[in-house]
Amino acid sequence: MDCTGLCDALYKGGLDQGIAQFISLLVGVLLVSGVPLITVILLIWVERKIAARIQDRIGPNRVGPFGLLQTFADLLKLLIKEDITPTAADRLLYNAAPLVSFASVLLIWGVIPYTPYHFGANLEIGVLYMVAVASLGTLSIMTAGWASNNKYALLGAFRVVALLVSYEIPMVFSLLIPVLLAGSMSLVDIVHAQGGMWFGIMAPISAVLFFISAQAETGRAPFDLIEAESELVAGFNIEYSGMKFGMFFAAEFLHVFTNAILLVVFFFGGWFGPFWDKPLIAFMWLGLKASVFYFISLWIRNTVPRLRIDQVMWFNWFRLVPLSIANVIVIATLVKIMQLINLAPRNLIGASFIEMLPLTIVLLAANVAMGLVIVGQLRTTGRAVRMAAQNRTPVTAAVGD
Amino acid sequence: MEITIITIAFIVFSLISLVGAYGVVTCHNLFRGTIWLMVSLFGAAGMFVLLSAPFLAAVQVLVYIGAIAILFTFAVMLTRSVSNLKTRFNRLNINIAAAVALFALLVVGIIAPVFISNPNLQQPISTVTRTTIDLGESFGSGNSFALPFEVASLLLTATMIGAIVIARETDDEV
Repeated sequence: MDCTGLCDALYKGGLDQGIAQFISLLVGVLLVSGVPLITVILLIWVERKIAARIQDRIGPNRVGPFGLLQTFADLLKLLIKEDITPTAADRLLYNAAPLVSFASVLLIWGVIPYTPYHFGANLEIGVLYMVAVASLGTLSIMTAGWASNNKYALLGAFRVVALLVSYEIPMVFSLLIPVLLAGSMSLVDIVHAQGGMWFGIMAPISAVLFFISAQAETGRAPFDLIEAESELVAGFNIEYSGMKFGMFFAAEFLHVFTNAILLVVFFFGGWFGPFWDKPLIAFMWLGLKASVFYFISLWIRNTVPRLRIDQVMWFNWFRLVPLSIANVIVIATLVKIMQLINLAPRNLIGASFIEMLPLTIVLLAANVAMGLVIVGQLRTTGRAVRMAAQNRTPVTAAVGD
Repeated sequence: MEITIITIAFIVFSLISLVGAYGVVTCHNLFRGTIWLMVSLFGAAGMFVLLSAPFLAAVQVLVYIGAIAILFTFAVMLTRSVSNLKTRFNRLNINIAAAVALFALLVVGIIAPVFISNPNLQQPISTVTRTTIDLGESFGSGNSFALPFEVASLLLTATMIGAIVIARETDDEV
């Protein structure tokens, strides 16, 4: 590994090269992981303020100007709370579950490219790494549910794991499109390949699919039966108090913002924008675009009602999975045909806007056609369900309504 | 043998795999046993990274730890006595002695004569490393059996789902 920058300065200053490399890597890790950790502090305030405004109230406004220091107050409160461990709980697993949950979200930030020059690690399997690490979160939730030694926690954990494992499938299928278009699983390459045209304009259905399945993966409304606060009290984290609950809490909030950033990185150009070659401006564009999608996610969370578990499963297996498979087949065929007749560039990295235009028009047309089919199908199904509901006595609602 | 960072990483991942495997076999609590299994599989994923197969490492974590081990956990939760297994039928000492003796027999009788003393089999580690692109190309090339293998696994999945659909209890509502 070459020794440049800080490592070089330390080496010239007299340190052993191995130690200099280690220190420079450590500083890099601290900087890369500092971004999400500082973001989560602001995110909690943003979430509470926006939720409050949508619910026609003000939100935190006492602690600090506009309630900005509310998160610190919450942090202090959680830190000084009594750390309760239930008597018959599995101590090691009970204490480890919040850590694994937060780690699984934080590890995703290691592959996100902040600017054209700054990123944690340029893994050649970036997308796969991201999905694999996100699946560790499922493991932590089930461990939490079991180790609490509480039937309600276990029940909550069962519902959650089925939901999370099922919704990984449309998420991975929808991520195949950026990988296909960029020709690489590395997130850095995927962002570079969007220089000519954003993937979200070429494949909007994939972006929507990723958004929906990511909402489900984090347990955000309408899929928030994970901690249906009005039903199961708190789902799998009933028995958690103090800072352990704080870790789950922070992990969930950070995960939503991580999904917004991933949506931007995969589909909406990452750090591209005017003057993107200056690192600070690129970073600002990334944050701005991610904030827009984060706001949309919060907006949905605070307005729609909750779905039942059977509705959620039906929606996934009967609607999202076939749609995502059909989406991949259609887009892959079209991209290959366009590349064979030389209307689309083979290597999208470095392609210009004009070169990408034919491919964009064809893919957009295909997506609009698929969208029309979906909307037509929704209207037909909706009409059928409304007619059936009018004609039958309102006793029960069948599965799949 | 020089101690490089790769040697240290190899030792660390091997220890993780072996300790996890030992935990799976000897833990009295079944649920903790599945957690040890996840630890052991994580060590195996690390070994894949050392063998310059990052794709397989990520797939190992995603499929084995993220799906199969969780399935194990579900199955474990459905058994009756999870947290207090008594080793009723297992005399652990005799088992350990038998396993060690068998392993020693294998090493001395088969592995040592064939691999250690035969100079033809002592070749340096290959410097050719395949990348993920090579893995992808082997799916499309006509010389490799990777694609038929994957199609066969898809067929098996369809078969299992079909078996479940045929054999499940049917209610009045679907």
